Amino acid sequence: MFETINMKILLPELILICTGLAVILLDLVLRKKETVAFIGVAGALLSAYYNFSLMSLGWSGAVFQNMFVLDGYSSFFKLIFYISLIITIFISLNYIKTERVSSGEYYSLLLFSASGMMIMAGAADFMVLYLGIELMSLSLYILAGIMRERRTSNEAAIKYFFLGAFSSAFLLFGISLTYGLTGTTSIIEVAEALNRLGPAGRNITLIAVIFFVTAFGFKVALVPFHMWAPDVYEGAPTSVTAFMSTGPKAAAFAVMGRVLFYAFGALQLQWSAIIEPLSIVTIAVGSILALSQTNIKRMLAYSAIAHAGYASIGFLPGTQEAFAAMINYLMIYIIVNLGAFAVVVIMRREGIMGEELSDYSGLAKKNPLVAFLMLIFMFSLTGIPPLAGFIGKFYIFMGAVEAGYTKLVIAAVIFSAVSAFFYLRVVVYMYMKEAAEPSVLIVPHSVKLVLAFTSIMAILLGIFPSVLLDFARASLLG
Amino acid sequence: MRDGDAIRIDIYRWIVSGNFSVSIGILIDRLSSVMLIVVTSISSLVFIYSIGYMHGDKGYARFFSYLSLFVFSMLMLVLADNFLLLYFGWEAVGLCSYLLIGFWFEKKSAADAGKKAFIVNRFGDFGFGLGVILIFLTFGSLEYMKVFSGAGAALGQTVNIFGHEVDTITLICLLLFCGAMGKSAQVPLHVWLPDAMEGPTPVSALIHAATMVTAGVYLVARCNPLFSLSSTAMTTVAVVGGTTAVFAATIGLVQNDIKRVIAYSTVSQLGYMFLALGVGAYSAGIFHLYTHAYFKALLFLGSGSVIHAMNNEMNMQKMGGLKKYMPVTYATFMIASLSISGIPGLAGFFSKDEILWRAYLAGEGSGRILWMLATAAAFMTAFYSFRLIFLTFHGSFRGSAEQEHHLHESPAVMTVPLMILAVGALAAGWVGIPPLLLEHGDRIGEFLAPVLGHPAGEGLHSEEMMVMGVSVLVSLAGILAAVIFYIKKRDLPERTASAFKPVYTMLYNKYWADELYEKILVSPVLRMSDKVFLGFFDGRLIEGIVNGIPSFIGSFSRGLRKMQTGLISSYAFMMAAGMLIILGMFFFF
Repeated sequence: MFETINMKILLPELILICTGLAVILLDLVLRKKETVAFIGVAGALLSAYYNFSLMSLGWSGAVFQNMFVLDGYSSFFKLIFYISLIITIFISLNYIKTERVSSGEYYSLLLFSASGMMIMAGAADFMVLYLGIELMSLSLYILAGIMRERRTSNEAAIKYFFLGAFSSAFLLFGISLTYGLTGTTSIIEVAEALNRLGPAGRNITLIAVIFFVTAFGFKVALVPFHMWAPDVYEGAPTSVTAFMSTGPKAAAFAVMGRVLFYAFGALQLQWSAIIEPLSIVTIAVGSILALSQTNIKRMLAYSAIAHAGYASIGFLPGTQEAFAAMINYLMIYIIVNLGAFAVVVIMRREGIMGEELSDYSGLAKKNPLVAFLMLIFMFSLTGIPPLAGFIGKFYIFMGAVEAGYTKLVIAAVIFSAVSAFFYLRVVVYMYMKEAAEPSVLIVPHSVKLVLAFTSIMAILLGIFPSVLLDFARASLLG
Repeated sequence: MRDGDAIRIDIYRWIVSGNFSVSIGILIDRLSSVMLIVVTSISSLVFIYSIGYMHGDKGYARFFSYLSLFVFSMLMLVLADNFLLLYFGWEAVGLCSYLLIGFWFEKKSAADAGKKAFIVNRFGDFGFGLGVILIFLTFGSLEYMKVFSGAGAALGQTVNIFGHEVDTITLICLLLFCGAMGKSAQVPLHVWLPDAMEGPTPVSALIHAATMVTAGVYLVARCNPLFSLSSTAMTTVAVVGGTTAVFAATIGLVQNDIKRVIAYSTVSQLGYMFLALGVGAYSAGIFHLYTHAYFKALLFLGSGSVIHAMNNEMNMQKMGGLKKYMPVTYATFMIASLSISGIPGLAGFFSKDEILWRAYLAGEGSGRILWMLATAAAFMTAFYSFRLIFLTFHGSFRGSAEQEHHLHESPAVMTVPLMILAVGALAAGWVGIPPLLLEHGDRIGEFLAPVLGHPAGEGLHSEEMMVMGVSVLVSLAGILAAVIFYIKKRDLPERTASAFKPVYTMLYNKYWADELYEKILVSPVLRMSDKVFLGFFDGRLIEGIVNGIPSFIGSFSRGLRKMQTGLISSYAFMMAAGMLIILGMFFFF
């Protein structure tokens, strides 16, 4: 009758949520504010440790009447979230002091948001999925507006909140349509019901799929559901932008993959046909609009949009192999993007915003190492071999070509060349222009660690791509 | 290794996707081990020598980092077990040569020479790149093993080029040979090599002896299973090689720049190697590559020692009598010159004799012509080598008093590598003594046979004796002529030069090859790029496209930006509209 709830499977999420709560409380008593950040990191590491030891012990499985699962799929995405969370905490240490953000709320919201993502990745039921999305998003809305004194930050939060609510409406509409048709909210049962129904009710299902794609398209910022992204990315604190453009994006891809592949696998041809035009339009708009940006955060926002377009190409073939290429791409993208944002974060100093491209003039003379690392990140985002970004794109494109999407890939490669313009413009500013002001750049130790990790990964994953790709493939199987 | 087994190690696969895979794999067989000996031994000596030679240069660290990268690239090239990795090494070698030749980039001639080497090599590499692509299209793989084992099956296949059916194997070989011609400085792509001496002298030694120019010879030898299937390609290789051997040797006769003489000598000797490859005597070609590496590195490092002592003077007419100031340099230089001239017992004799003999065997008609070309080149080689010796080390000093005061032997860090190389120049040939003189003497030929096979053709002992005798006589005659011209009758060179004024001028100006390229290639290209490309294409079309597309994209981008109103309501409208369009796409179209 009663299923014994196997709490072990929930342990990774529970640890992270408890850490978040602990951080709020401890912030009130602890004098040294960095300590809470390190408690956050420790909580994330402990959570990761439990997650992967459970996996290696083979204790994966489902709880709450199959509403929540721990499997290879969710674990791969959780790894992305942990990396995104920990790196964000590291780059925030000095940054939020400069911006005078209260640390207790900030770090706990980051932790809650990451818990939301983990729930999304493990959701096997639409209700849990929705719960996860809202937990993640609500935390992000507050994080975007956490610089209370600054108008742009408030504006970002309000915009993000309203539009996010709007997209939730689409999601709920999609869920209710599916429920009306199949009588269940469980992802596996939906798939079974759709198989049973056969062609009957296909049109209703298709409408539901379109609603789902709209809602998820909003979260990953696919054109035309992307409009919020540049404004929010620009207005939010830089460290939060770094976080938003990586973890939540990957989380949205996780649920999108889960829903499309597992629930609506029967409609693969249809949803591929929906995503195909979206992906190329997203790449085009992201690349073209990035060209005319002078603010680096805004430029990276459009770059993030374009990358979401590239990643979504991985859905099109509908094969396991292509999907593995996609999650491989996401992992590479978030690591490299976090590296780039780490540089953007240290450009913000007392009295200097450091967000304009012109602020990067002469960086190579001032701080050759940081400039060189930024060059690696920009090259990798462009997709220049042998860096990781190239590998990510290569496998995505290769999968699409093998599935017959040659024209799409040609267009994507052309826009990839266009994107070289705005990425390499940063390099031009750093290396070929004279510095405007002689201010020094101080790189905190925590950021040094982040830069070292991300740049080494950007190079190693380019030279030894099979390590990550094999891991991605294995994750999809178990 | 002893029983001819090859060691293949797949270090790892970089990209695997479907039937396309890129692996980083190395192959050590008998051919690559000979190459390894050459590359590593010469380059380590060059490294040691450079410690002395580059002492005090402000780019000291930069020099050694480039040099290491150069050697690394060459080792990659030699060790690769597939064409892609070979291509990587090939291009990396090209890049490093550019960096090193233009090492003193403040000097315009050095920067120009660097560019020249790079651009001339582009011509060859373009063909090479196409060849690699064609190999992949034909065999579906770039691995040596698969390509060479599939070569027989591909025989008779044709490719359609502008309506002409061309034999695939021949085309592949010719395209690969294009690359080899560029790297190994064969006519007409030889022009970069003599200019390459603008780089520091140790670099010249490395380029000329071990790392760069041997790549082309190695490539052809490595691809022998392909080349052997195409008689057209083989003939082309032999003819280009033979022509280059004579052509470059004639230029070497009259040059006054010490390094330039040696540079043309390299071009000429490379011609020999290709001649050997072209007649199917692959092991003879590699054998000559191996012996040549020692005496040529010695010649270059020796000339570097001279230049060092002469305070960067390179004109031989301003030298003379250096024998007594630089005994070690003189003695080692002498050994190298005797070796390259083909005096019996020294390294150069055995390998050159083998090539001459194989050319002689290559056939009644064409083989004899090739043999005569090669023999003529041998005469000239002996002549210009000893002309160099006599002008530099004998007679009286013709430079300024200041230079004379400054003359000194180089430090031990430079002379010791010279002495070690002298041993090589003396003895390296002893692994390839013709069976005629010593039973089982041709050890290197036997060693390479599992990879390169046995050359075809057998001749009579008497014929072989004749070829050998002629070669020795011709060498001695060359040296004798040099003695007459530059020791006995010192006015003879000038009289000859004025008597054969047109010939002399032509040779002195290197057949005007540079000027010819300047006229028919460089200046039309420049003019065309200036007028047509810069004026029309660049000014209108490209500028139009480059500025037009961005300005179009820019205005498009600004237009799109207008949609980014910042108003929540319009964003929400876009979302809803977007969703409705997708819905409409499915239900109304």
